[in-house]
Amino acid sequence: MAEAERTSTQIRTWLTSVLTEAARLVLTPFAEIGTLYKMLVSAVFAIFRPPFRVGNYVAAIEFVGIGSIFIVSLTGFFTGAVLGLQLVENFRKVGLENQTSAVVGFGLARELGPVFTALMVSSRAGSAMAAQLGSMRVSSQIDALKTMAVHPIQYLVSPRLVAGLVTVPILTAIFNVVAVFGAWLVSVKMLALDSGIFLDNLKQQLQPEDITHGLVKASVFGVAVCLIACRQGYHTSGGAEGVGRATNRAVVHSAIAILALDYVLTALSLGQGLF
Amino acid sequence: MKGDVIVEVRGVTKSYGGRAVLHGVDFDVLRGKTNVIIGPSGSGKSVMMRQLIRLEEPDGGQILFDGVDIAHAKGKALSALRRRFGMVFQHSALFDFMNVFDNVAFPLREHTKLSRAEIRDRVFHRLETLGIADAAYKMPPELSGGMQRRVAVARALVLETELVVYDEPTTGLDPLTTRTVDELILEAGERFGLTSVVISHDMASVFRIADTVTVLHFGHVIASTTPDRIMDEVTDEVREFILASGVSPTSVMRGRASSRDEGP
Ligand SMILES: Nc1ncnc2c1ncn2[C@@H]1O[C@H](COP(=O)(O)OP(=O)(O)OP(=O)(O)O)[C@@H](O)[C@H]1O
Ligand SMILES: [Mg+2]
Repeated sequence: MAEAERTSTQIRTWLTSVLTEAARLVLTPFAEIGTLYKMLVSAVFAIFRPPFRVGNYVAAIEFVGIGSIFIVSLTGFFTGAVLGLQLVENFRKVGLENQTSAVVGFGLARELGPVFTALMVSSRAGSAMAAQLGSMRVSSQIDALKTMAVHPIQYLVSPRLVAGLVTVPILTAIFNVVAVFGAWLVSVKMLALDSGIFLDNLKQQLQPEDITHGLVKASVFGVAVCLIACRQGYHTSGGAEGVGRATNRAVVHSAIAILALDYVLTALSLGQGLF
Repeated sequence: MKGDVIVEVRGVTKSYGGRAVLHGVDFDVLRGKTNVIIGPSGSGKSVMMRQLIRLEEPDGGQILFDGVDIAHAKGKALSALRRRFGMVFQHSALFDFMNVFDNVAFPLREHTKLSRAEIRDRVFHRLETLGIADAAYKMPPELSGGMQRRVAVARALVLETELVVYDEPTTGLDPLTTRTVDELILEAGERFGLTSVVISHDMASVFRIADTVTVLHFGHVIASTTPDRIMDEVTDEVREFILASGVSPTSVMRGRASSRDEGP
């Protein structure tokens, strides 16, 4: 008897914990989006309210933009090179190798450029931003800003969002140019494609819309990456360990956000609806 | 306890995640005086300070600042209010992306229209008083803990706000620097009519600077009186806490009275 009762209690507690866990899994992303949205609104309004601290914006743009040029170029080069390698070899089997540059250009401008650039910015600048704000939080520097009647979101978050908005499209353009160069180098110099045909096809097939589509995406990703990094840093708790967790979460959440937003924006621009 | 009261704390409560830290705290802060708060580690002193300067919103109770309840101030009112407070945080909280000079100049640049030269003069004056002018162009992480604390004191005093809260300003400092910081707290109070609230563990320092002493014991105020009466008004437990520091209040206070008399 007692045995049966105990088992049923066990099952009940187990069920409750499974259900709470499931509810948490479903609700957490919504709560997270709510937190991000609140920070976004507050930061955007703060941009247009005095005082205007131009220096903070310049510093943030320098940190996100200039600081990421090297790593973005490097990854761009290898991305282009590997695309050239794969496409020329495989297209040759069906006699389509001359289309390589068109496919490379299209893929880079619309998808690979913005996504890869945003991922690189997130892992370099986003993680550093989360760590920076996180350590400011746990060492009371954010509280110190508040006691000096300085709006911490305005001081810390607004410039970083603007930096993401402005620099990620520029970095994407750099990524694309370097990647096309990488593809050209491999296709023409290594795999003996005709340089004239490579460039002509690229010019003819790549439409201006492809480029603007990619740059708009890049701006959205840029804001998302910086917003997520700031949110994780700003709400850090639990000392140095908490800073580590915040940094880690900033990168993981950014990657998810980039890919999810990429799907949404692509679907919208193709006029297909979301699903 | 009589005197001109600047802040009345009445029944302030605060919990974090269901765990109560402050259980209805009452005390008065006297205008132009040095109000010291003592109490064992973890008793909620830092939490009380965060409510007092409205860094956080208390769950319940009132904080009357010049008769106005600030416990739930918001927006512009809150921002105006914060400009009247200065704070020295327990772990200094210097901006680690700025050098010492910029840290101390920060409140001036944010809230005054002083010229570059005036800012320079004021900042260096503060740094010199505290003996850290040599470190003006160093970054905070390059400084020792004691030097960081002094920079934090300089930053809190540079605006000459009405009320300055010091969270353990002398913990971990050598005796000589402790004395300098104590003197600075007193001097700032006397010169600008500033009200100081000081959290401290250092009993010698407490008896040197305190006009009033409030004992916070795990979220309750168990005594709030003048330092010469503290030993009579507290429980055995607190008396033991004070005596454990090896300082007897009377001896230190006699020292303080005579050193003050010698002044100009
Ligand atoms: N933000 C917070 N979230 C949760 N708990 C907190 C928070 N801040 C303080 N506490 C808890 O409140 C209690 C009182 O902390 P507080 O920092 O005020 O102590 P204290 O009196 O200043 O001690 P010390 O002398 O060591 O500085 C502690 O148990 C602490 O864990
Ligand atoms: Mg404390």
